[in-house]
Amino acid sequence: MNETSSVHELKNVLEAALLTAHEPLSLDDMQRLFVDKIERATLRMLLDELKQDWAERTMELVQVASGYRFQAKPEYANFLARLNPERQGKYSRAVMETLAIIAYRQPVTRGDIEEIRGVAVNPNVMRQLQERDWIDVVGQREVPGRPSLYATTKHFLDDLNLKSLSDLPPIEDFTQQGMPT
Amino acid sequence: MLLTTNEIRIKGEKLNELPQDLYIPPDALEVYLESFEGPLDLLLYLIRKHNLDILDIPMANLTRQYMEYVEKMRAIKLELAADYLLMSAMLIEIKSRMLLPKPAELTEEDDPRAELVRRLMEYEAIKLAAQRLDEMPKVDEGVYVASAYYHHISQAKPPEVTLDDLAEAWRNVLKRASHFKHYKIGRAELSVREHMSIILRRLKQDRLVEFTQLFDVKNDGIPKLVVCFLAILELCREGLLRITQQAAFSPIYVQINSED
Repeated sequence: MNETSSVHELKNVLEAALLTAHEPLSLDDMQRLFVDKIERATLRMLLDELKQDWAERTMELVQVASGYRFQAKPEYANFLARLNPERQGKYSRAVMETLAIIAYRQPVTRGDIEEIRGVAVNPNVMRQLQERDWIDVVGQREVPGRPSLYATTKHFLDDLNLKSLSDLPPIEDFTQQGMPT
Repeated sequence: MLLTTNEIRIKGEKLNELPQDLYIPPDALEVYLESFEGPLDLLLYLIRKHNLDILDIPMANLTRQYMEYVEKMRAIKLELAADYLLMSAMLIEIKSRMLLPKPAELTEEDDPRAELVRRLMEYEAIKLAAQRLDEMPKVDEGVYVASAYYHHISQAKPPEVTLDDLAEAWRNVLKRASHFKHYKIGRAELSVREHMSIILRRLKQDRLVEFTQLFDVKNDGIPKLVVCFLAILELCREGLLRITQQAAFSPIYVQINSED
């Protein structure tokens, strides 16, 4: 069976799938689009071409933690934001600091977070981050009480437009900043 | 600039800067305290505000300022978090250890302030990282993901059907139909009660009907004839019908059993 005869056709299928998908598509997802087996290397090549094809258009093909997705180029963000003027509520400093600790020091326990912030962890803070699917429990530390170890999720990286944790601004940028030398 | 002040409002008026000295309007203290994320945050603020060298903290100075804060909080009976008190104790301990005679050569590890400095610097890095994370564009908040609509058609493959499958299905239909037939005769399709009503209605109209006229032998199947007969017997038993015959083998007549 050879339903997709040309490279052009393959690329069109990928494009249609990427434009309509509600979550980023992984290479595995994309392989499922075709009856014939398409090598991952071929897919990557096609995705590269697709990226080129859209270079002059309004959307760009980007890779985030869980796969590829089309998103509006940054220059349109300000306009698009006006469609939904109801801004998402801002997270408190406690939430963001807790998130930063988990992102940069994972896997961490509540105790680790308390140690760094110098204050008790409000359970509500952890709940907010878990409900957003930005953090989850990845195990227990083998110490008395077996406290849960928290880490950030792929969804967190997707939402922040990142491919991996290494794309986070390096923590070293913050450690010496403003320090008297 | 490191010390970005949180937006603080006191009685509706925006406080653009944290107070320049330690004086805080009493009614503002609570709001003010809430702007700190704990003792480390407060210490960092004091250090940055007074341009203290974080790597060579003048402990006496810092401790005094910190304690003044804590005292002010206590003075207005503010619920003082244990974390703040714990830090007071830690600062005093460091300060007193600083007063002890120093060994000839002071290495960095010997410095009683080392642990505090490490924690302050780590906290500061996290605090700044948190600010950066907060500012980063996020999906639906600066990042807009394509989600074109498509009319979803189920990709389930239609099952294949052979002639044998079809024959088998037909046999099953027949088998089931035979069960149904049995069921329907007794209860649903041919109700004795229903036929009792039909007969009564007929007799009300025609008054006297010959027995055989009550049966439509040509059109009704045997089951229906039987039910009809049962209906007549039942009506008779309930005394609603009078069945008469003048002589043996002469026509039998059926009529409603009137009271008179």
